[in-house]
Amino acid sequence: MVIDKIKKVNNIKVISKRNTKASDMLIGKWAKCDNCKEIIYKDEIRKNLSVCPNCGKHFRLSSRRRIKQIIDEGTFIEIAKGLQTKDPLKFEGYTKKLETLKEKTKIEEAVVAGIGEISGSKVVIAIMDGNFLMGSMGSVVGEKITLAVEEAIKQRLPLIIFCVSGGARMQEGIISLMQMAKTSAALAKLNEAGLLYISVLTDPTTGGVTASFAMLGDIILAEPKALIGFAGPRVIEQTIKQQLPEGFQKSEFLLKHGFIDKIVERKDMKKTLEELLKLHKENK
Amino acid sequence: MSKKTLTAWDRVLLARKNDRPKTLDYIKLITEDFIELHGDRQFGDDPSIIGGIGRIGEHVVTVIGQQKGKTTKENMERNFGMTNPEGYRKALRLMKQAEKFKRPIITFIDTPGAFPGMGAEERGQGEAIARNMFEMSKLKVPIICIVIGEGSSGGALALGIGDSIIMLENSIYSILSPEGFASILYKDSTKSKEAAENMKITAKDLKQLEVIDSIIKEPEGGAGQEPEQVAKNIKKEIIEQIEELKKIEIEELLEKRYCKFRKIGI
Repeated sequence: MVIDKIKKVNNIKVISKRNTKASDMLIGKWAKCDNCKEIIYKDEIRKNLSVCPNCGKHFRLSSRRRIKQIIDEGTFIEIAKGLQTKDPLKFEGYTKKLETLKEKTKIEEAVVAGIGEISGSKVVIAIMDGNFLMGSMGSVVGEKITLAVEEAIKQRLPLIIFCVSGGARMQEGIISLMQMAKTSAALAKLNEAGLLYISVLTDPTTGGVTASFAMLGDIILAEPKALIGFAGPRVIEQTIKQQLPEGFQKSEFLLKHGFIDKIVERKDMKKTLEELLKLHKENK
Repeated sequence: MSKKTLTAWDRVLLARKNDRPKTLDYIKLITEDFIELHGDRQFGDDPSIIGGIGRIGEHVVTVIGQQKGKTTKENMERNFGMTNPEGYRKALRLMKQAEKFKRPIITFIDTPGAFPGMGAEERGQGEAIARNMFEMSKLKVPIICIVIGEGSSGGALALGIGDSIIMLENSIYSILSPEGFASILYKDSTKSKEAAENMKITAKDLKQLEVIDSIIKEPEGGAGQEPEQVAKNIKKEIIEQIEELKKIEIEELLEKRYCKFRKIGI
């Protein structure tokens, strides 16, 4: 195998067997695309906005890198910081896990919220991060999203949310479920205030996040080939006892069925948002 | 089984019992002149959701509820109370209609969850659930939500945004089934009993967490023992609530409804 040779040449050991996902597949200076299996120089991928230069697969992005790609340099001010869960179920090991993740990811929770500019247009933006418990929504994520919505209402600014999530966070039980209600109700207020909300769906957006703020955008954009759905593919397969067809619950499938407005490649995302923001400014 | 010693898992079993009264039983026992209305006007009519207009006491109301079956045959017809997007959209259509004619809305929640099927995904299950919560949060009529059996996941919450959230004593309300919780977090679906105890899914737990407002008593052995008495208790609670909620100015009612969910969390 070529990959083994590369590992040998670079004298690299595979760190953990668990690391088989796309975001974890980086091996030293080289990476193997989990879609086209091509082996690519890591810097090439990075320069290409974490999109495979060979097949166009959009790899997962940290919130920090997403902010860099979307928000004008030096304009981002984080809001809704320093929140903590009450750990409503007193779930064993949960708060400890959160602490470890905070250290590891250098972010406080599975979403970062703030105010910034996109080519000079001021927006409130919330960016979820899949590195933090799969972007799952517990009380802190729900609160941060809601605070972002309320900030947009207060300042009369457009709102953008980048979604990536496995759904509601099981470790906080019913309190996580209720965040769906809370965020949806806040967005209803934003809507009444006549403000723009653009939702951007990235791989994967599922469960309680899909069934709340992800699907409530005035305009819903998605990155190519992102998995977007309510029930996970495995759950559906268990229910219907057959394999799902190729491309089921991918962005292109949702576009065809009328549930998203547009598929936008990462390289065009900032420009597209900029144009949409401009078009919503002119009638004011 | 004495009432005091019921565990959360005992209540899970009671909540799911076949002979437990379902939405249609309560509609029969509580309402007069009920007329069922069908369809979402977009795709179809979902038999897992009953909706219609009727009278409770002196009040004309819109009633919407998830319907489980009592037999396998009935359950097949009702999809085991698992709602498809067209069911949520039927519910929303009838709720908007209620708003137009200024009728209070009563919802009965009883579902193992939204249906996880291919068609449901194709027709936007996530969008349907999100849209219901979004719209219910600002409907200009009183909304009373009652969990009568199993209130599981977003599939329950899509009928659960209101001014008064009530649970029957032996009903459960949860992020997902204890079996699902056990299989995801304990990696062992046989630990569902343990999960049920830890998940805070009983009426008492949820009242303490301020997720619900009140609890309606059930007889020993569950609602199936004395459906008429339970229906009477529900009816009394609904009438009291409607009369209270009708006194509140609509703007204030909506603000209170917003705060009810806004405060849940940190």
